[in-house]
Amino acid sequence: MSRLNIAKGRVEMVHGSGGRAMAELIEQLFAQAFDNEWLAQGNDQAQFTLPPGRVVMATDSHVVSPLFFPGGDIGALSVHGTINDVAMSGAKPCYLSAGFILEEGFPLADLKRIVDSMAAASKEAGVPIVTGDTKVVERGKGDGVFISTTGIGVVPEGLQLSGDQAKPGDAILLSGSIGDHGVTILSLRESLGFEADIRSDSQALHSLVAAMVECVPEIRCMRDPTRGGLANTLNEMAQQSGVGMQLMESRIPVREPVRAACEFLGLDPLYVANEGKLIAICPQERAEELLAAMRAHPQGQDAAIIGNVVEDSYHFVQMETVFGGSRMVDWLNGEQLPRIC
Amino acid sequence: MKYVDEFRDGEKARALAEQIRKEADPARRYHLMEFCGGHTHAIFRYGIPGLLPENVRLIHGPGCPVCVLPIGRLDMAIALARRPEVILCTYGDMLRVPGSGRESLMKVRAEGTDVRMLYSPADALKIAQQNPDKEVVFFAIGFETTTPPTALVIDQAAKLGLKNFSVFCNHVLTPAAMHAILNTPEADSGALELDGFIGPAHVSTVIGSAPYEPFPQQYKRPVVIAGFEPLDVLQAILMLIRQLNDGRCEVENEFIRAVSREGNLKAQAAVSRVLELRASFEWRGLGAIPESALQIRSEYAEFDAEKRFGVEQLHGRENKACECPSILRGVKNPRDCVLFGDPCTPDNPLGSCMVSSEGACAAYYSYGRFSEGRIPAEELRA
Repeated sequence: MSRLNIAKGRVEMVHGSGGRAMAELIEQLFAQAFDNEWLAQGNDQAQFTLPPGRVVMATDSHVVSPLFFPGGDIGALSVHGTINDVAMSGAKPCYLSAGFILEEGFPLADLKRIVDSMAAASKEAGVPIVTGDTKVVERGKGDGVFISTTGIGVVPEGLQLSGDQAKPGDAILLSGSIGDHGVTILSLRESLGFEADIRSDSQALHSLVAAMVECVPEIRCMRDPTRGGLANTLNEMAQQSGVGMQLMESRIPVREPVRAACEFLGLDPLYVANEGKLIAICPQERAEELLAAMRAHPQGQDAAIIGNVVEDSYHFVQMETVFGGSRMVDWLNGEQLPRIC
Repeated sequence: MKYVDEFRDGEKARALAEQIRKEADPARRYHLMEFCGGHTHAIFRYGIPGLLPENVRLIHGPGCPVCVLPIGRLDMAIALARRPEVILCTYGDMLRVPGSGRESLMKVRAEGTDVRMLYSPADALKIAQQNPDKEVVFFAIGFETTTPPTALVIDQAAKLGLKNFSVFCNHVLTPAAMHAILNTPEADSGALELDGFIGPAHVSTVIGSAPYEPFPQQYKRPVVIAGFEPLDVLQAILMLIRQLNDGRCEVENEFIRAVSREGNLKAQAAVSRVLELRASFEWRGLGAIPESALQIRSEYAEFDAEKRFGVEQLHGRENKACECPSILRGVKNPRDCVLFGDPCTPDNPLGSCMVSSEGACAAYYSYGRFSEGRIPAEELRA
């Protein structure tokens, strides 16, 4: 087997053709980075036994552009995103799979950087990538690299979290500041060159979730507000549970540089994507306890109770503004486009 | 955020709202038009209507650039985008506006035409330099705020000797539209209830406060120029109520931190070097208004997309049930439209006022529809 020229080489069609070149790519790039007993078996599938409990499974595809950004890259994001989707059920994530669609001509050095970042993210989270797949498409048919990951986890006994469980009177909690990821990506994509310290919040939240469900197993539901932001996720939950929600704008944490960038671009941080935050809804009488548990965890230091679930046959999410007025927080309309003037 | 939070202070807002309640005469009604879509957006985003007494009513004016562009001009832009050699560049809001037969720039982009969203017209110049074998057309729209950047890029393109760049110019003028609102059949018949204007913020930084002076004189309508922050809006409402109560009628400037009487002379000079008055321009809702828009001067004719491509003047087909025209004239409210909420929504706009967040219908739908006469959720989510 010959050595890949990672410093100068590029992805070629032959790397996806099933022959020796593909074996080299998998061996020298993926297997070396992910390095675990399941991959070492060299089978087309991973075989494992799960601990007892209800099994959850989630999948997520990642097409972010640019591929590298302050606070992360497509690799780490693809690990964090799927771990979070699994964890929002209260589950402990156990295993991941990863599918790669590579574009012909993509620099191997960039691919190695992405794969190493995935490996680091998976190691840090303690969730191994145990099976995978690689395909190569012709130049112009992809955008460098697309990554699809799937995760499997197990829900501990006694937990029953679901988006349809919110009840009037419940408290709504948020684990930290919103808008960081989306504003980071947008400012890079549009070459806006903000000098402020804006970075993605991409992170795996399962240890925060574990601390939360241990403290308050009665949590009704959790969700990570990714695309569409806090506003859209709350609307989804309100719709699913058949309830309304009342928020307090002054309690929703938004970091100063993110607020300024949103102001400048005419965006509303409520609709901007996050990759390392969660919303939890729990019975009111347990809210303070849950808040304390979240704040005791490094990923929940800025956690806040941002509002209440209310009875509303229209399932509207409403908000008291910092200004003292009241307004609706609607579903995201189309794409968030910058305003003209 | 410094210089912003000061103008969103909830306590000051409550004090101002209290003052408005105290000073508004319960024996009369106050119909105040915020001309500009930026104000409409702020009014709904901060929940200002809920802070006002019942006899102070805000009417949403036509100052939303995508709302007032007639369908015909959009159809012309779509025709330009369909030319195989053209890369059409424009601001994001413009992409979703429905043209004739519900076509939009977004839809023709999906067909494979090259339509790009910009934050600044300077980016269109860059795209032209990067694509010498393509014709780059900047679809320019907007009031006086966005006009100076358009003038500057045309000037710069001339200096760079660019041969593949042009502008489809649709810049319009605020004072001309205000005159038109006060000269509609509804205004003549007395059906238009309008006691005063909240004047635009950013537009006025460019043109100054002087161009509003005819409104108190000619039409007996006071104008208070206001910033876009919610406290600015409340303050301007209070100033208008005081003028009306005192029987005064003048131009007042609440936005003194940015607006002077003469405006930004440098920007005005840049505009008049490159652009000149159009004899007449069609507005959605207001019809043809003389000297209400700008065109590219003949010295810069090679950068005028209309001349360069011999674009045929089109007159689009409006949806007959759509009330955008009456809403833009201030005589109807979005809720008066049978299409509002079903089937016309921001995700599926049938009229231009439902597209931009500055449009009255979109602002009503997104921020305000819970407050007055709720629409059944199943209708809204259909």
